[in-house]
Amino acid sequence: MLEIKEVYKTFNAGTVNEKRALNGLNLTLDDGDFVTVIGGNGAGKSTMLNIVSGAYTVDSGSITIDGQDVTGLPEHKRARFIGRVFQDPMMGTAATMQIEENLALAARRGQKRTLRPGITKAEREEYREMLKILDLGLEDRLTSKVGLLSGGQRQALTLLMATLKKPKLLLLDEHTAALDPKTAAKVLETTEKIVKRDKLTTLMITHNMRDAIAHGNRLIMLYDGRVVLDIAGEDKKHLTVEDLLEQFTKVSGSDEADDKLLLS
Amino acid sequence: MDLTALFSMMPGAAAQGLIWGVMAIGVYITYKILDVADLTVDGTMCTGGAVFIMLTMAGAPIPLALLGAFLAGMLAGLATGLFHTVCGIPAILAGILTQLALYSVNLRIMGQANQPISFRNYDLLISSRNVKSLSLENPIFIGVLFTIVIIALLYWFFGTELGSSLRATGANASMARAQGINTNFAKVLGLMLSNGLVALSSALLAQYQGFADVNMGRGAIVIGLAAVIIGEVLLSKVFRNFALLLLSVVIGSILYYVVYNVVIWLGLNTDDMKLITALIVAVFLTIPYWKGKYFSKPGRKGASSHA
Repeated sequence: MLEIKEVYKTFNAGTVNEKRALNGLNLTLDDGDFVTVIGGNGAGKSTMLNIVSGAYTVDSGSITIDGQDVTGLPEHKRARFIGRVFQDPMMGTAATMQIEENLALAARRGQKRTLRPGITKAEREEYREMLKILDLGLEDRLTSKVGLLSGGQRQALTLLMATLKKPKLLLLDEHTAALDPKTAAKVLETTEKIVKRDKLTTLMITHNMRDAIAHGNRLIMLYDGRVVLDIAGEDKKHLTVEDLLEQFTKVSGSDEADDKLLLS
Repeated sequence: MDLTALFSMMPGAAAQGLIWGVMAIGVYITYKILDVADLTVDGTMCTGGAVFIMLTMAGAPIPLALLGAFLAGMLAGLATGLFHTVCGIPAILAGILTQLALYSVNLRIMGQANQPISFRNYDLLISSRNVKSLSLENPIFIGVLFTIVIIALLYWFFGTELGSSLRATGANASMARAQGINTNFAKVLGLMLSNGLVALSSALLAQYQGFADVNMGRGAIVIGLAAVIIGEVLLSKVFRNFALLLLSVVIGSILYYVVYNVVIWLGLNTDDMKLITALIVAVFLTIPYWKGKYFSKPGRKGASSHA
């Protein structure tokens, strides 16, 4: 479904702030894979999602989605394949537009936007039904401005928008990190529900090792812009946080103490 | 003070306000919907009138000349849009560049700095001489007609898929791109639409005053912003619907010209009007900022306990 091949990405090349974020990254996702991604700060997790979504271009290497090379495709064209939820709850929705208007925008992802109505009556009924899965009472607030919602509500709405038109690939960039623990658990639960229901191929970054182990069928660890650990199937089911820490120590060497803290 | 003199100025104020209201709606599209302050309009506010007059003098029928002005404005918007999106120039600077270039273009179009057009020789749509006549030729009536049609068209457009993608681009560009919207295209289209309307307003103004002048657009952006902000401050509590928001811009424009005429009536030097306009806009922009900064969430309880 997704194939990242030998991707390099350096920021601020040639300056004192030069930062090599991706260092020959290789990753292949099968259809229906739900992959959790962990790694310390600066390991290249977010950069990986951003080169897949097209927010960043790559220095070299290639990205293929469902057999189509998308390396040179701009962000808005790749959106046809990709649903995204960002870390910042403000980023995924338009605050000054209504809930139903946001959903209607998402329903047209990957389509040409014409002079047809931006939202129809039939759609409104559909959205009312869809919002029920979030269990937040938003189905009764279709015409509320999204800016009036809480961070958790906005994130749940963004998740719904990202999956409204079934994407070939769902990218979740620490989408629960900015939420309080209770809300985070709920959004994660909804994520699990939708991903399972639609059998979505998913890449989910998380800072929480327990979440990384509990969710998905495969776990990868990034370090220094590369995949250093890739655990799937039965091995992943028996994984513990201690295992991960130990593995991390092995690959990271002297950075161990610092990054251990960042990871836990 | 002669109040009858003031009252006799009001029809003219309304007509000017309505004509500039079309321009202010153009500013609303960029400033409020796309979240871009577009300075192209200072140039476009002459281009429309210049193109209209030259086309009319060349024998074109009035509707065609108006269309020509609208298209010329769209071209100006396209230039700014391409400077901004393709060349990566910040929006404000892109607008300034086009505005400067338009000064030369406008002189080229007119062949001189000022180009008169008389209702005696041409069947003009709108003229200041009819401002007190009780007929369908009254510029207030024609201004209202234009306003209604333009608001209706924009209300429809911004409800379409394409129009929604423009609103999304202004509201949250990263979200818009994630939903597959080409935000560069949306910005260019918005700038074109906005400048088309400004040029249309310019064409109406040229007819109303009987000439186009290379300086007629100077400070237009500030007048447009004044209209947008006055309308917002006075009516945003009452008007929620998009069509009504556009109407509040036109009302803001009319109020601006009422104030303008009061200033003249008071005997102030009209040369100072731009200074006064700038100060009014500065004050209206400051109020919401200070409100948020110093008076946010005062809470009734807190306020009363201090009292």
